[in-house]
Amino acid sequence: MAQIKVEALDKSFGAFHAVKSASFTVEDGQFLCLLGPSGCGKTTTLRMIAGLELPTAGTIRLDGEDVTMNRASARDIAFVFQLFALYPHMNVRRNICFPLKCEGIGVAERDRRVVEAARILRISHLLDRSVSGLAGGDRQRVALGRAIVRKPKCFLMDEPLGALDTEMRDAMIHELRALHDRLGATTVYVTHDQLEAMAMADRIAVMNNGVVEQVASPRDIYDRPASLFVADFIGSPPMNFLPFRGGLRTGAEAIRLGERDVAIPAAREATAESELVLGVRPEHVRFTDRGMVRGEVYGTEYLGTTQIVTVTTHYGALKARSPSSRSFRTGETVGLDFRPDTLSIFDKASGRAIRTALHEGGAHG
Amino acid sequence: MTSATTAHSVVEPSATTRRFAGSLVVLYAIITMIPLVWIMLTAFKSPDDAISYPPKVMFKPSLEGFCNLFTTRSRQTPEFIRSLGSPQGLCDSIARSRNMVVAGPSNYVPRFVNSLIIAFGSTVLAVALGTLSAYGFSRFRVPLKDDLLFFILSTRMMPPIAVAIPIYLMYRTIGLSDTRLGMILLYTSVNVSLAVWLLKGFIDEIPREYEEAAMIDGYTRFQAFVKVVLPQATTGIAATAIFCLIFAWNEYAFAVLLTSGNAQTAPPFIPIIIGEGGQDWPAVAAGTTLFLVPIVVFTVLLRKHLLRGITFGAVRK
Repeated sequence: MAQIKVEALDKSFGAFHAVKSASFTVEDGQFLCLLGPSGCGKTTTLRMIAGLELPTAGTIRLDGEDVTMNRASARDIAFVFQLFALYPHMNVRRNICFPLKCEGIGVAERDRRVVEAARILRISHLLDRSVSGLAGGDRQRVALGRAIVRKPKCFLMDEPLGALDTEMRDAMIHELRALHDRLGATTVYVTHDQLEAMAMADRIAVMNNGVVEQVASPRDIYDRPASLFVADFIGSPPMNFLPFRGGLRTGAEAIRLGERDVAIPAAREATAESELVLGVRPEHVRFTDRGMVRGEVYGTEYLGTTQIVTVTTHYGALKARSPSSRSFRTGETVGLDFRPDTLSIFDKASGRAIRTALHEGGAHG
Repeated sequence: MTSATTAHSVVEPSATTRRFAGSLVVLYAIITMIPLVWIMLTAFKSPDDAISYPPKVMFKPSLEGFCNLFTTRSRQTPEFIRSLGSPQGLCDSIARSRNMVVAGPSNYVPRFVNSLIIAFGSTVLAVALGTLSAYGFSRFRVPLKDDLLFFILSTRMMPPIAVAIPIYLMYRTIGLSDTRLGMILLYTSVNVSLAVWLLKGFIDEIPREYEEAAMIDGYTRFQAFVKVVLPQATTGIAATAIFCLIFAWNEYAFAVLLTSGNAQTAPPFIPIIIGEGGQDWPAVAAGTTLFLVPIVVFTVLLRKHLLRGITFGAVRK
């Protein structure tokens, strides 16, 4: 197993700049998710780590060794494709065995490793079946078998669950994470599904338009988003944004929102008077009659234990998560309050989060 | 109706429609088979039956056509023939009944062997080159790819015979006329454009992920091509090979023009089999009948690959 270090990686396809100076490190044994909307460059980044695309600039190190321009076959990594890519002219056993054949491993050892991989993935009974008759989940297990049988330095997975139905996907999320823990394998996993990323990853790298916006633990990504994009992309419903104009002094503990002062985590940097955005997660909005923002209930979405209440305010529609025991009438006037220690402040022009005491709470970096 | 919706049509055809379509197919098959059956019947007729009018459908079968195809004969006086002793084999006795003796083997077998070597040689070459270039066009960023593909296709836009004279002169200059190598190269160059276009379609259908998976698993691109792409392209390769073989096997115009002794193929040879007092139709028919056999055998052998869609279900689309 190995550490993967990606430094200032760039990739252009003609005029299209797919990946812009991406940098991150995946520590030995870590599970990193590359998360972002489609077309954000996450798959291209993964393919560059695999050696299926060559970067325009930047370096990729596997365990300290510069492999940027090495051929895919020389990198000792395994790749799981979204569409499985099982060789249709081979049965399950030969599919799993295929990577071993070019390593000059003896027949007995090959058989032993295939059987072991099949046992780990619980597909021993399928070994002599043709791959074309397998169900989606079993195909994905065979693809994983082909990846783990070689004991590679790391696993790269490109939306491996994307082609499965929801039920199978939920089961496979747990299997994949359990497999990762068991093998202690360094894994880079590409997905556009934040739930998959949150459920599996040790760390998440959020990408947008070819830029890595933030690399952090799932908790930090959610609680301390580094940019407006991350705050908007993560969370369902996403973070509420209240635009305002103002400046911050270092140490300031409140902002002026309309007529009222709103307490915020103490600012750790100063900003000149400019357009700023206050970010509030729906679960950090409280209903109180003396709330600093007032509005009308527009509608509610019932989610079982909680409900999402949409309130039209001076700052636009705000969504609040409230226990479903409380009932709201459409058109009812309510007051809203925010939990001060959880608020984020963004610079509207750059989208960057302003550093505050919020960022000192958890491990990040 | 077995089901209201199927993959291709909303409504299953009715029994009447099916019967009508079925009889149309049978009728068409019969019409196309008549000339073939007639040739095969003629091969077993005697020369008199072959040219009798009205044509004979019922006749006494004879192997004279085949004998005349494989032998050359010379006319002798009955006295000389009687002095020879007993006839050697079936063909000799047929020849003697017409006051002739077998002088030796005809050129049919060497011409047939030439056809086999040239047709299969050019097919193997055209399919091999076509597969490699189709793979290149399908997978790599080739400069001027579209122009090159159009150029390759454009070689088929004129009838090949339009360039016969330049090729004839060129071949004579470089010493390729009337050589098997020359004919193999010629048929290969005509067929390779077809092969590239047909195979590119088939290879485009094979997802790149297969080779990428193989390359990540430690194989070189060429190994991945051989172990992963080729097995999945068998259907396309088989179909292309049959098309190429049929062209090279049947080609007549260039064969007439460029070959005479050494490298002559069967097509220009068969029609000029002359018997006593004109065309020896049973021998021509026998030559044609035997000429059909290799294509039929080849097609039957490859039928399995033509019909099997081996990539079915392996990749979820």
